Amino acid sequence: MSTENFDEAPRSAATSSGGDLVVTGVSKRYGGVPALSDVSLTITPGTVHALVGENGAGKSTLGKIISGVIAPDEGTMTLGGEHLSFKSPREALAHGIVTIVQELAIVPGLTVAENVYLGVEATTVGFVRRRESRRRFRELAKTVGFALSPDRRAGSLSIADQQKVEIMRALARNASIVVMDEPTAALSGNETAALHEIIRSLVRDGKSVVLISHFLSEVLALADVITTLRDGHLIRTVDAKDANEESLIEGMLGHSLLTAFPEKAAADEERAVVLEVEHLKALGVNDCSFVLHESEILGIAGLVGAGRSELARAIFRDSKVFGGIVRLKGGDLNGHSPSRSIHRGLVFIPESRKEMGLLVGRSVKENISLSRLDLVSRLGWISGIRERRKVTELMSAVTVKAASIRMPVSMLSGGNQQKLMFARSVMCSPSVLIADEPTRGVDVGSKRAIYDLLTEMAASGMGVVVISSDLEEVLGLAHRVLVMRHGRIITELSGERMNEQAVLAAAFTESSNEGTG
Amino acid sequence: MNVQVETPEALDIDDGGSLGFRSGVIRILGSWRLAGIAIPFLILFITLSVWSGPFLSKTNLINILDQQSATLAIAAAGTLVLVAGGLDLSVGAIYGLATVVSGEVAEHHAAWIAIAAALLVGLGVGLVNGMIVAFLKINPLIATLAMSFVISGVALRVSSGNLIVLSQNSAFYTFANAQLWSVPSAVWIVLIFVVILSLLLAKTSFGRYVVASGGNAEAARLAGVRVNQIRIITFALSGLAAGLGGVIDTSRLLSAQSTGGGPSLTFTVLAGIVVGGTSIAGGEGSVPRTTIGVLFIALIGNGINLLNINELYQQIVLGIILLLAVSIDVWARKRRR
Repeated sequence: MSTENFDEAPRSAATSSGGDLVVTGVSKRYGGVPALSDVSLTITPGTVHALVGENGAGKSTLGKIISGVIAPDEGTMTLGGEHLSFKSPREALAHGIVTIVQELAIVPGLTVAENVYLGVEATTVGFVRRRESRRRFRELAKTVGFALSPDRRAGSLSIADQQKVEIMRALARNASIVVMDEPTAALSGNETAALHEIIRSLVRDGKSVVLISHFLSEVLALADVITTLRDGHLIRTVDAKDANEESLIEGMLGHSLLTAFPEKAAADEERAVVLEVEHLKALGVNDCSFVLHESEILGIAGLVGAGRSELARAIFRDSKVFGGIVRLKGGDLNGHSPSRSIHRGLVFIPESRKEMGLLVGRSVKENISLSRLDLVSRLGWISGIRERRKVTELMSAVTVKAASIRMPVSMLSGGNQQKLMFARSVMCSPSVLIADEPTRGVDVGSKRAIYDLLTEMAASGMGVVVISSDLEEVLGLAHRVLVMRHGRIITELSGERMNEQAVLAAAFTESSNEGTG
Repeated sequence: MNVQVETPEALDIDDGGSLGFRSGVIRILGSWRLAGIAIPFLILFITLSVWSGPFLSKTNLINILDQQSATLAIAAAGTLVLVAGGLDLSVGAIYGLATVVSGEVAEHHAAWIAIAAALLVGLGVGLVNGMIVAFLKINPLIATLAMSFVISGVALRVSSGNLIVLSQNSAFYTFANAQLWSVPSAVWIVLIFVVILSLLLAKTSFGRYVVASGGNAEAARLAGVRVNQIRIITFALSGLAAGLGGVIDTSRLLSAQSTGGGPSLTFTVLAGIVVGGTSIAGGEGSVPRTTIGVLFIALIGNGINLLNINELYQQIVLGIILLLAVSIDVWARKRRR
């Protein structure tokens, strides 16, 4: 094994690996919303410990706490009996705990070898000993079986190769516990197999791997122990031998907080088609087709990264479309800009309102009227009175609470900000509304109000598409549900077949290799 | 978990209380930006009036405005560029090009042709700037810096490096020097231009789009704003203003030289905008404040002249004021978040 000592590398304590990592009663909240509640588990050396759960179940949060990226609000961790309290990933690293995150953290301008040894370079009085680094790199590459040139710029590598760099970086730090968050999401079939082999060899060497994965087949093939999380709670920890896909899905589902949903209007297949998508291809969208009727709410479910937002943005013509047809009320929607789409009657509420929706420093009024200033102006001149009247009217229609229409939206609550996005959409009086994660970061009360809004908009004749990672929400609102995976629409569910079990089965079960590469 | 049914009254009281206070804070912050430049301006104005006899004379004040007319026009349009999230470092060079073009043309042709030529040259170069920034996605700082070299080169070619001197008896001279109520036409023209741009930014949908493009380009685009188009127009207006400034000064001084504006004009303009409290980060700004900012800097220069203070202090003072203005902007932004 390539575990020779580096000069002043901060991982001298890696020898303390022998013991169990014990997590006790860990909780974490984000702005009042619990992400993890009272979770306890034990990670033993020489095992793969998998964390599974739906989007937002708390898997990644737990992974980040273990690897010191975030600090828990409550609870303790011990490693081989020694109390741990990390203030940074660097401190976790000193205890031999390394994380490989979903968002890659390589430095694109540095070479592969420089990235691998970043922060733990072999140095002589501050100068990097390049030849020494290269020699170590080659040894390490041989051990793990990656064919990567040490001198290539990391930024020029494919995502999969960049991931390899991250893995080598973890190994170069002589980690005893490696946390991997969705390590194979970006890898092709062969690369996935290679990574699986690496995970197995790490475990053979007595290290432990915390594997966070959406792919149940992968989890079942690799893991020794599987912990299921739901809504931040630990549901159970079982031996992988005693688990199968059905039992895992069942554990992930359970029966959680039920928000009341407004009653669905009866679905009516006879209604006119307002939106037709045929063989649409775009970045992250692979040959998607569907229709949407007047007064219908169509849900799009799927895992994060399945291509749901990409599909929405391609329909809205916000991203480049490679092929396919989108018809809005029978007419081709062949414009090349969101501006065109809005004027044709298609409105999109993006998933992150702060980054993509709002002018945070500007007033409520300006944010609401932005898309349709032509309604309150003449020859480009805005009529203050007409704008105020229109905005006030919209605000009461969607129940935005603000002390004044002149206050900046940064001072509104998340729920009110989201309602404001709806006010802007309503002002456009569209025939189709696409709402991406309409209730993300919204309190329970506003959630219900937004559900009512969506239902009302559909009742008024609009076609509504709701994209959500919250399964209950999709099922509670939609007349039909499309499930996406790897940029494709895998299945369409309606009526009796529209239930959590069926959606999760479609979203999760196929092998992790399908459709990539 | 149960859905909590909150009574509307409870919600209203809670929200109303805290929001009322916060919106009060915001109202103060908003007018505060205007006060931030208006109060120092007034203090400086009163101080100079007390200290220096000649300052408060009509001649001196009109003189200041006359001298600043080009800068005021360019800074007004530059405000729109900055608010839309851009930056135009080529205005000094465009100004230089416009002076020599109008000078050369005025020597042989009618006055209106010379004026139109300068305006068209400015507008054209501004359009090119805008398209480079919007379509090639080159950082506006670099794009307009590079363009300023190109433009200066062209200006040098047009004038063959010579100083162009025009005769006083032409119609071209009256363009900037005609008097109305003993104020020269240069000041009137710029006043109209500045008022139009103020209203454009503050009262029209175009102005809203400018603010939106600079505040959050992604959100603006998704809300249906044609961000590229808006940015191109702001650069075109900036070029037009530099052309206007160039022809005004050529007419005013009856001389033109390719190196007339240059970086020093560009930076004076930028300083005026920033001192006026327009954010360099975009998404916020006002033309009237820019006007006060430009005049504030002019007053400092004027005062230092009248009080016989060594001119080198002018630069030091200007630098410190700029730093102060930017720090205040940063502070105000932090309060907002």
